[in-house]
Amino acid sequence: MLVDPQRKRKIRLFVALSVAVLLAVALIYTSFSASTEAKEPSEIIGASPGTSYEMTGEVVKGSVRRQGNGIAFRVVDREAEGKGKALPVTYQGTVPDPFRGGREIVLTGSVENGTFVGEPETLITKCPSKFTTKSNG
Amino acid sequence: MASLGSALLALAFVTALIAGGLALWGRDGDQRRVDLSRRTVYAFCGLLTACVVIIEIAFATDNFGFKIVQEHSSLETPTFYKLAAMWSSQEGSLLLWAWVLSIASSLALWSTRNKLREVVPYATAVMMGVAAFFTGLMLFAPDVQPFATVTGATDGVGLNPLLQHPSMMIHPPMLYSGYVAMTVPFAFAVGALITRRVDAEWIRATRRFALIAWTFLGFGLLLGARWSYTELGWGGYWAWDPVENAALMPWLLSTAFLHSIMVQEKRGMLKVWNACLVVGSFSMALLGTFLVRSGVLQSIHAFGDNTVGPYILGLIGVVVIGSTLLIVSRLDDLRSPKRIDSLVSREAVFLVNNLLLVGLTAVIFWGTFFPLISELFTGNKASLAAPWFDRYTTPLAILLVLFTGIGPLLAWRRVSWDWAKRVFRVPLVVALAAVVLLLLFTDAAHRPWALALFVFAAFALTGLAQEFWTGTAARRRLAGEPAPAALVGLVTRNRRRYGGYIVHAGVAVMLIGIAASSSFQTNRDVNLKPGESAVVDGRKITYVKPIVKTDSEKFTFAQLVRVERDGKISTLEPSQRFFRPTGVEVGTIESYFAGESTSEVGLAAGAKQDLWIAPRVDVADVQRRARAADSGFKACVKGGPGTPPQCKALGAMMQAAAANPTLRAQALQQVSKLQTLAADRVAKSYLGDNAAVTFKVIVNPLVTWLWIGGLIALAGALIAIWPARGRRRGALLRTEADARKEAKYREIRDAELDHAVGKLSDEDFAAVDAELREEALEILDREEREKVPVNGNGSAADGNGDGSNGNGALPREPEKVEQG
Repeated sequence: MLVDPQRKRKIRLFVALSVAVLLAVALIYTSFSASTEAKEPSEIIGASPGTSYEMTGEVVKGSVRRQGNGIAFRVVDREAEGKGKALPVTYQGTVPDPFRGGREIVLTGSVENGTFVGEPETLITKCPSKFTTKSNG
Repeated sequence: MASLGSALLALAFVTALIAGGLALWGRDGDQRRVDLSRRTVYAFCGLLTACVVIIEIAFATDNFGFKIVQEHSSLETPTFYKLAAMWSSQEGSLLLWAWVLSIASSLALWSTRNKLREVVPYATAVMMGVAAFFTGLMLFAPDVQPFATVTGATDGVGLNPLLQHPSMMIHPPMLYSGYVAMTVPFAFAVGALITRRVDAEWIRATRRFALIAWTFLGFGLLLGARWSYTELGWGGYWAWDPVENAALMPWLLSTAFLHSIMVQEKRGMLKVWNACLVVGSFSMALLGTFLVRSGVLQSIHAFGDNTVGPYILGLIGVVVIGSTLLIVSRLDDLRSPKRIDSLVSREAVFLVNNLLLVGLTAVIFWGTFFPLISELFTGNKASLAAPWFDRYTTPLAILLVLFTGIGPLLAWRRVSWDWAKRVFRVPLVVALAAVVLLLLFTDAAHRPWALALFVFAAFALTGLAQEFWTGTAARRRLAGEPAPAALVGLVTRNRRRYGGYIVHAGVAVMLIGIAASSSFQTNRDVNLKPGESAVVDGRKITYVKPIVKTDSEKFTFAQLVRVERDGKISTLEPSQRFFRPTGVEVGTIESYFAGESTSEVGLAAGAKQDLWIAPRVDVADVQRRARAADSGFKACVKGGPGTPPQCKALGAMMQAAAANPTLRAQALQQVSKLQTLAADRVAKSYLGDNAAVTFKVIVNPLVTWLWIGGLIALAGALIAIWPARGRRRGALLRTEADARKEAKYREIRDAELDHAVGKLSDEDFAAVDAELREEALEILDREEREKVPVNGNGSAADGNGDGSNGNGALPREPEKVEQG
């Protein structure tokens, strides 16, 4: 038990650092494998089916319809300001309050038969309002 | 008014620069200049207060000449929301930032006006530098001038109805105050590092500000969570959204800071670590301010493209690089000769808890900024969802609860085996009992993480209760008080320690609520027509009938819902509301569906579980009828063939109004009256549709305890913040020597208490006590030598010095000393 205290500290430091490094590696590794790629609707239109993406786009005004238990609508790129090529989307389940045509949404899902099928409980509609420089009508 | 405001703001900017400059000019001990700089800071605070008052008057009086009022308020906005609308704007929130900082700086400088003479000038310069930065943004950055004007507006756009919720109005200023108050400890840390005065004095002077910042941030987070739960219609309270994370990270780091500074105060260790933590907390606070305004990350909080982001990023860069260089250059001064004696001691547990908190922050930081990181490496923005965050934060949070339980039971320096057996026995027995009961009576076995958390929380809560018990018992022995008086006396005499314990209890209760509601939640969407029912988690939920209400600003589609459980029947009335866009004189009936929609959640809260119901109404048919009604209305006004006589009358009126503008108001009134009637009829037509509604039904076990625990923690924090009695009576510390003396007495009293509750063995106590008394004597000697004339208090202090010969008598309480 007679370990020199200086040495004991060094061992302790070494153990602590190794644990930290291991955790950091796990963190980095899992984050790359668990993440979903973010894409705009125009990039998803030609994308390979089956791969999961996080889609950020703007809901086309007047495109939202009810479909069975869920809804169907179209989205376009944010910069397109409501124009441009639209991606059809279906989503099962309830939508958040601020959801409507013209709003920006983030939705995780994949392409099936040319339609982007959203995973339940992943639809995020951005709260409008705060700090926007343009009017929020 | 607006130009007066701009002038005051410009003057405030100059004042901040002058205050900082004066302080630096007086850094070599010219007290007159430092005093003057402090008064200039008060003036800065006064100027910004005037700016805020002007803006508030403009909001209160519907002065739509102010751009900020026109864009964020309207004639119909309720007065309470008018007054709070200031910080729903970018420029208003910057003004709030600067204003709160001016108040915090003034308070900090006032409370240290006779202390830390060398450090204060630099701290003033840092605080005023930050203040000048934010004030300068409002003057020089485009689009964020709070006093910008518009012409010709008669009504405003109004405040988003989603934000018209009481907690949404308090939530942003709470978070801002938290972010801003972090500036004070940071500024004093920088001052202490520059002047190499790196003992615990700057910590004592600013600890309360760190605690205030922590409390504000925590309460702001809690309010945001509550709002999300009751208002957003998705049923959750936390989503690992970047903006939420941005407020959580400085909170976690300041939690770590508040613990580790105790180690520096008590043992003179961890100085480098504390310096890093205070820099980290402040940088995170700035980062939070930045994230909210930059749009670099995808967030549920959509914050438009705006112009101040890059400036704030620049400030963060300066803070991080400057502080790092400063800390590195002072490493020699920060080194402590002392080491942690034992791994089973309070300071060791503090260190572990610090590592866990910093680890949590690191995980959240990585996850939050992962989109940027992945873009850097792969060229694609990829983001991480809640499950990834949960995977790491769950075990770390569970370990934190465990150490929250262990820490308070341990003594400083070292723990004997006998002692450990004594204090751990009861909490361990309770924890074991909790395991057995949970396994027998709940299905916690399927959720090992939740089970672990419940057990550790039971351990921690028992340990805390035991602390209160032994403390009260010791006080009864020492002071001979009855138990309730002893308990009150124990807490009020040791606010920091027992306030802290109450915070621990609150956090443990909160985590129980979080674990239970996230692991054992039932969440179902049911589609029901009026009269139909569904069974969710043992409850029969019946959609009885729809209820429609209309007024000039919104349609409300409510549902009468009956809930039957074990023969008990209750009703809920959730609703979905559709708002017209505000600021429109006369729109169409369809425009009711063009504005925001919000959910009024049907919530039956209970100690065991919450039943949460939010409806999604299908309004497509109503919308179609609204369109038809609109076109019918148009045809009517045009007066086509076969129109009823009222239409002809209205048409004539409109034509007359077109010719004669004085009749316009009357005609418009008539139009909106008829339209309101028509809108009401259209909306009520829904009642005959027998339409199905999708109900999101959530049964959330124990979630109420999240809010109750939060309030317990808040109460504990307030107890810890509240100044000790002597100070409140106005017996303020007049000099640095006084502050040192008080700190030493506090340490002696702490040691007494630790000894009394058995946390220090007789042998250890004798050693610690002798050491502390020696140090106290030294301080008194020095005071005598320096002959500081302190309102005749010197002799009293002297008398106290005589009493310190260690015969077990409590040294006189500081407040008694103050009173002389």
